[in-house]
Amino acid sequence: MSTVVLRGFGWRHAGRRAWAVRDVDLRIEHGERVLLLGPSGAGKSTLLAALAGLLPDDSGEQAGTVEIDGRSPADARDHVGIVFQDPQTQLVMARSGDDVAFGLENRGVPAGTIWPRVSDALDRVGFPYPITRSTAALSGGEAQRLALAGVLALRPGLLLLDEPTANLDPVGAELVRDAITRARADDTTLILVEHRVAEALPLVDRVVVLEAGGGIRADGAPEMVFAAYGDRLADEGVWVPGFRVPALKSPAAAGNEVLRATEVSVANRLSGVSIGVGEGEVLAVTGPNGAGKSTLALVLGGLLAPSGGQVSAFGDPKPPHKWRAATLTTRIGSVFQNPEHQFVTSRVADELAVGPRRTGRTPAQIKEIVDSLLDRLRLTKLAAANPYTLSGGEARRLSVATALATAPRLLVLDEPTFGQDRRTWIELVTLLATLRDEGHAVVAVTHDDDFVQTLADRTFPLGSSRPGEPLPRRRRS
Amino acid sequence: MTTFASPPVTNPSALLARRNPVAKLAAALLFSLPLLATLDPLTPAIALVVELTLLPLFGLRHAVLAKQVWPLLLAATGVLMTMVLFAADRSGTVLVGLGPFDVTTGVLNSALGLILRLFAIALPGVIVFATTDPTDLADALVQNAKAPARFAIGALAAFRLLPLLGAEWQMLTLARRARGVDTGVRGFPATAFALLVGALRRGTRLAVAMDARGFDSGVPRTYARRQVFTRADVALMAGAIGLAALILGTTITLGLFRSII
Repeated sequence: MSTVVLRGFGWRHAGRRAWAVRDVDLRIEHGERVLLLGPSGAGKSTLLAALAGLLPDDSGEQAGTVEIDGRSPADARDHVGIVFQDPQTQLVMARSGDDVAFGLENRGVPAGTIWPRVSDALDRVGFPYPITRSTAALSGGEAQRLALAGVLALRPGLLLLDEPTANLDPVGAELVRDAITRARADDTTLILVEHRVAEALPLVDRVVVLEAGGGIRADGAPEMVFAAYGDRLADEGVWVPGFRVPALKSPAAAGNEVLRATEVSVANRLSGVSIGVGEGEVLAVTGPNGAGKSTLALVLGGLLAPSGGQVSAFGDPKPPHKWRAATLTTRIGSVFQNPEHQFVTSRVADELAVGPRRTGRTPAQIKEIVDSLLDRLRLTKLAAANPYTLSGGEARRLSVATALATAPRLLVLDEPTFGQDRRTWIELVTLLATLRDEGHAVVAVTHDDDFVQTLADRTFPLGSSRPGEPLPRRRRS
Repeated sequence: MTTFASPPVTNPSALLARRNPVAKLAAALLFSLPLLATLDPLTPAIALVVELTLLPLFGLRHAVLAKQVWPLLLAATGVLMTMVLFAADRSGTVLVGLGPFDVTTGVLNSALGLILRLFAIALPGVIVFATTDPTDLADALVQNAKAPARFAIGALAAFRLLPLLGAEWQMLTLARRARGVDTGVRGFPATAFALLVGALRRGTRLAVAMDARGFDSGVPRTYARRQVFTRADVALMAGAIGLAALILGTTITLGLFRSII
């Protein structure tokens, strides 16, 4: 039941020259449900943080005003709830029910009414477990549902959702959207930030598009906004419904097999898989969470020793996991789901030089490799930046570039397009298609159906090795 | 040894396991700290016997305890090695002649004393954490010991993230191999740095999420879970002091007390 009014609002984080967001004039009436869009870096998350009262005065400079029901966000905090991207860092307590109770305790809700409100909030999001369920045992989608319950228990008038499904696989994302639909109360104002527009549209009735340089580009009913601005938004990386990418399938059949795994298994994580990949093909490994897709990627990448079965590649009598690291990188390049896991230096250019140096290239050769990769992946301007400061899309491009630096013939990628905006997505898919057409073998573990449709020449569905979970929910006795 | 974040591994309804977590923690300190006053091997030996005798009252079986204390065995081996290599006092009968590293009865005596002390002092803590749910401990610290919620609940939330670090470390090591860096001691600082960056980032995000849910906002907190401090808890603490006094009294009476100062 909150009305949000922004007048000439802007915010500049301390120590930054550029404004994260500026010149925003916006009025959101109570009960409205708004999808907030904009290119990467337009300040969507900063705007939500401002509304949630999470920008302390000393952390930056504000322009204009923000009012929630006529009060400043700091004074209105009891009426505002926010759910973030990462389920792991939103849960506080060890048991699910305690976690929902956490916010109620903080607000000083009398002990006698806490547990009924916890039960009510868990019912609203469709949480399927007893309240004693360990929060560590929840899947990403379930944890995010619990985080939503924790916020709903506080009965916010304004509910802010900052890419709540971005870290989840499709099944988990569906769980969370379903929970948002179920829990949505008519008198709660909702502001949602989300890249995947098609999935978010059923949840909202108004779309507001932020301009990258400041101000608001478009505001209105979804059909109207997308009819007028859809193509431009798509170019800028927003996943606008109806803008498909043409398929990029291989023109030729796969060539010689470069790697073959026979009945490989890893204790408790992967059971008996036989798979091979040839030159000039993209093989997509799909399947539900817990099927061992990432584990398989580690085994194929020569990083993890299988506990059973054999892997042979590139005619080497030794299996990949026994190769020296320097040898491995010239044959198989692995790209991890989290790019930051792979960074080993403090400069982007140095990061690209690590592989070639380890494989004994001369300084002149190294410079040539680094420069051409920087150029190819549009990282030249960032050559001196620290890899840990890159945006999600930049970090992803760098992690792929580091794998390419040692010119391996086989690339193994774990969720390469995960959480990427449309622009980075198209760049990655085009790059992988080019590599494949040059004769590289590519294995990609993925949940991304668009990726499979667009690029994969072959799909390998990995079945679940664990029985399904949901238990009947019981009340606290 | 159990990590602070893991759930208790015992029968939670046992007589002493049920006691208030703060009382258990206080009793452990009250019992073990006085033992530090003396250097003789008899005091910790009696204390150990007392501790092992009381174990069933905490609902903890000896086999379970043995699993929890194996790191102490490593520490004990370390103590023994150090004593053999560096002990100044090499009096007594020579058992194994190794020149400057002669193993004598004197050396073994000192080592035994130290190892007994190590176990006698560490064991009460191990018992407390093995029989206490971390959430209950945080609740009791806030409600009964008036510890600031900012500290107790904050620590609880941080410890929830600890198990993630193990998985993260493995990922980082594998990712380094993928970059052409052979895993080994040399890569340790860089891997540790990457782990730290990740941990800080997660910590910040968690702090913001807690902030958004009104944590430490100046409103007096209420308690969803009640922790009570009863006469039985006072009795547990009094018992701990009594036992410690009894043990030290025995040593003094027997004339074996060797003051640490």
